[in-house]
Amino acid sequence: MNVETKADSEAARWQDQVYDLLRRYNVTQIAYVPDAGHRILIDRSLADPQVHSVALTTEEEGVALLAGADLGGARGVLLLQSSGVGNCINMLSLTSGGRFPLLALVSMRGDFGEGNPWQYPMGRATQPVLEAMGVICLRADDPDEALRAVGAALTMVYQAGHAVAVLFTQKLLGAKKF
Amino acid sequence: MATSSTSTTLANAIAPCFVLDRREAVPALIGRHDDFLFVAGLAGTSRDIAALTNDAAHVYSMAGAMGGAAMMGLGLALARRDRRVMVLTGDGELLMNLGALATIAVLNPPNLSILVVDNGHYGETGYQKSHTSLGVDLEKIAAGSGIKRTATVEKAADLAGGARLLREGNGTAFVLLRVKPTEPPPFKRDLDPARCRVRFKLALPSPA
Repeated sequence: MNVETKADSEAARWQDQVYDLLRRYNVTQIAYVPDAGHRILIDRSLADPQVHSVALTTEEEGVALLAGADLGGARGVLLLQSSGVGNCINMLSLTSGGRFPLLALVSMRGDFGEGNPWQYPMGRATQPVLEAMGVICLRADDPDEALRAVGAALTMVYQAGHAVAVLFTQKLLGAKKF
Repeated sequence: MATSSTSTTLANAIAPCFVLDRREAVPALIGRHDDFLFVAGLAGTSRDIAALTNDAAHVYSMAGAMGGAAMMGLGLALARRDRRVMVLTGDGELLMNLGALATIAVLNPPNLSILVVDNGHYGETGYQKSHTSLGVDLEKIAAGSGIKRTATVEKAADLAGGARLLREGNGTAFVLLRVKPTEPPPFKRDLDPARCRVRFKLALPSPA
């Protein structure tokens, strides 16, 4: 779980903007395993009667869910932590082989300033693993970059039909204190 | 295909209480297949549905990504509330992601039905026993996950009730079909996942 070390209001601003951007692109299925780093996006989706807010038991469910959404002509986003990326690997065969669009927003652990040694293996492997499965990665270290990266990813996914993950780093989210 | 008549015979010998044959029971439960959009799991169930529909465009079948069929059906059902979606999958495929039943139960979309063809074995890899041959009851797991409309179909007299549950009602339905571990229909379907995606989307009319 990420705990924001920056002012909550600052976090709220860019994450609210990300949510509004997703909705402007008509994203209607928002899938996630509960995570502090994505708290604002998750809470906004729960309060939004126009979207399906889908809590998952494991992140690979979200990969399959969003492929099904695409079959039906709907758009979705998967919100996950870097550790959850490891739970998605084989299910990304569906995304890659079927050329399904996929938008994933990843809250990073095990990078800048991480104090929990358990987070390092998957945190360090997140980008190589995603890229090995054909997912393009965009890293964002500050709020401006995050917003620009999500905007770029929406075009890459829903216009060009690619699978893209935006990695929200711990420079952006802050590191949890132990 | 890593199967042989010897392994099928062996599997039959250790599962004498199962009487239904999937080649008859699956078509009987589905009825008019045009009434559904299908997501099928890999191996046996993908051949069941390909044979029944002649590999039609309103079916998306896996040949990998094991454990994804139920969730893919959920995404499709949420996207198209105007259509009834059926997930057709096997015991082994569902066992790989039982959490999907919990996720689906929480949302409980009324236009989603799950039909699990439970032969108690991994037919594709040589008929090794699955957990359902060893005491695991997938209907109880579905009910325990919170799916309210569930049934087990294990004899001919159960088929009509199972068929009704799959196409009627106001919440997600789950039907466990227990069958003999016999071969699914032979059918050479299109295995290209990208071509099948495009085929599905082009054939699906926009919501009314």
